Amino acid sequence: MTSQPTRDRTGTSPERARHLLHQMLRIRRLEEECVELYSAAKIRGFLHVYIGEEAVAAGVMAALGPEDAVVATYREHGHALLRGVSAGAILAEMYGQVQGCCRGRGGSMHLFDAATRFYGGNAIVAGGLPLAVGLALADKMAGRRRVTACFFGEGAAAEGEFHESLNLAALWQLPVLFCCENNLYAMGTALVRSQSQTDLALKAAAYEVPAWAVDGMDALAVEDAARRAVDAVRAGGGPHFLELRTYRFRAHSMFDPERYRDKAEVARWAERDPILLLRRTLEADGTLSGEDWSALRQEVDAEVAGAVRFAEAGSPEPAEDLLRFVYSEREEQ
Amino acid sequence: MKTTYREAMRAAIREALLRDERAFLMGEDVGAYGGCFAVSLGLFEEFGPGRIRDTPLSESAFVGAGIGAALGGMRPIVEIMTVNFSLLAMDQIVNNAATLLHMSGGQFNVPIVIRMTTGAGRQLGAQHSHSLEGWFAHVPGLRILAPATLEDARGMLWTALQDPDPVLIFEHGSLYNMPGELDDDAGAVGIDTAAVRRAGNDVSLITYGGTLPLVLEAADRLAADGIGAEVLDLRTLRPLDDAAIQATVAKTHRAVVVDEGWRSGSLSAEISTRITEAAFYDLDTPVGRVCSAEVPIPYARELELAALPSADRVVAAAREAMGTRG
Repeated sequence: MTSQPTRDRTGTSPERARHLLHQMLRIRRLEEECVELYSAAKIRGFLHVYIGEEAVAAGVMAALGPEDAVVATYREHGHALLRGVSAGAILAEMYGQVQGCCRGRGGSMHLFDAATRFYGGNAIVAGGLPLAVGLALADKMAGRRRVTACFFGEGAAAEGEFHESLNLAALWQLPVLFCCENNLYAMGTALVRSQSQTDLALKAAAYEVPAWAVDGMDALAVEDAARRAVDAVRAGGGPHFLELRTYRFRAHSMFDPERYRDKAEVARWAERDPILLLRRTLEADGTLSGEDWSALRQEVDAEVAGAVRFAEAGSPEPAEDLLRFVYSEREEQ
Repeated sequence: MKTTYREAMRAAIREALLRDERAFLMGEDVGAYGGCFAVSLGLFEEFGPGRIRDTPLSESAFVGAGIGAALGGMRPIVEIMTVNFSLLAMDQIVNNAATLLHMSGGQFNVPIVIRMTTGAGRQLGAQHSHSLEGWFAHVPGLRILAPATLEDARGMLWTALQDPDPVLIFEHGSLYNMPGELDDDAGAVGIDTAAVRRAGNDVSLITYGGTLPLVLEAADRLAADGIGAEVLDLRTLRPLDDAAIQATVAKTHRAVVVDEGWRSGSLSAEISTRITEAAFYDLDTPVGRVCSAEVPIPYARELELAALPSADRVVAAAREAMGTRG
């Protein structure tokens, strides 16, 4: 059944905690820049930012190794960044440039990177879950001890692919870590207005998948739960499921007037800003000084400024290459 | 050796699993049951449950898992019982298999083979009888095959497995029992070109898959009347072999497209249009079409037969093209 694992702080060194804070700040700063660039019409299409949910990606990514795989959603800039895709390649992709991580063919919702085993960037809700099951199937059949982490929102739990995938992963005991980012709203539809059973970990448990609900605003708790789940999956324990309870501070996309939730609710959640919470904890512990914080901020500002310069200096893919990558390019015989 | 289309297909799957340790078969009832149409009969016993994988009734999940496994370095052969059921996996095929290479800027190709039964003729009603391969042939990023002969049933799969991109193989249900002779050393065949199955100078009958036998029968009957019909088997529905289509039209100056799919918005419409675009001045007469009636395929034998292309209808269409109606 579902349970909230007790956080084990003994394993969290000050260095790891500062690392998590740094990673969350990197996402926050990049996303803030994306919003600016969108307003300046440098980025077009749909743009979904992850502000407020950073602890989820930071905690889970810290628990994965380079041999593992990640499948994410259309709100995946932060996941790509922490997986190792450079901020420059991410921004250049949103600029639609050849220097982007997908040569401008994906855009904000479709970031991919083979070098870091980052499999998107999937914009069909729940469509990434079967892919993660298959990646894990390949690992299991080949005898590789790798984990595939699959991120999706709570809205995905209403889709058939969610249920089919959990069943298949559990039936075949495949090494998948299902990471449900429960931010309470599927676009504008509240969880309670769309699902008869709102305990998402319970849905996973119904498929015999060990499932834990975790405070998704507490990066240390997320990392701790993710490490335990990843260890269990890698050890052959079959799929595991984390319900990461979080909140999206910004609108669903740049087109969302936010008629479906009130400002007071957003303000309440803002008090549990994951960056603020961890910063306070570290300051109280004496492991983060004012100078440390300033230095972190400066480092992140410089990284994002460099990424913007990289994207600004980029060039569009020539239109004569439009039809490339529809089919694989074969070497001349 | 004497064999059937079903046995040739089974031999192809068996060869794939013997030659490539990354290859495996996955689908509903492919294992213990032996395959809904008995194509995989005996393979479960030979290769075991790890490589002949029975799946739950979860078309989207197991097709998607095939795509994921292909991304992970395997060479999955995924069987969907019928094309009607493939609609439950349409998201994975169209939104993922066909797009990942392009969306990722060339980083992630998907070497998956998806096999499924298509077509009518067995009184299975409107949810097991349709010919929807034209829908898939609409989608860039997919390669669509329709083996209509024993040689192609035996040889297309291996070639498809060597393709770095997703290949869908449509097997017409009425062909499985088709008997015939196949060379003992029959093996892989090319999948890039159409094939002239019968040469003729008067009219081109262009078809594929399950309608090839009745088109060949029609050509025999036309020959008895002194009309030389050339039969072109498309074999690959995407990409179409435009050169072969244009060559036969340039030779005969008359064309009839025979397609078990519905006429509206169809593969037959596409072929007809391409002929008009590329070979208009070669034509002596408008392109004819023999397609299924625009109804959900009915159960009753007489109604089903009335809905489907037949040798009679092909003969009539060819005669009309020749200007010798009746």
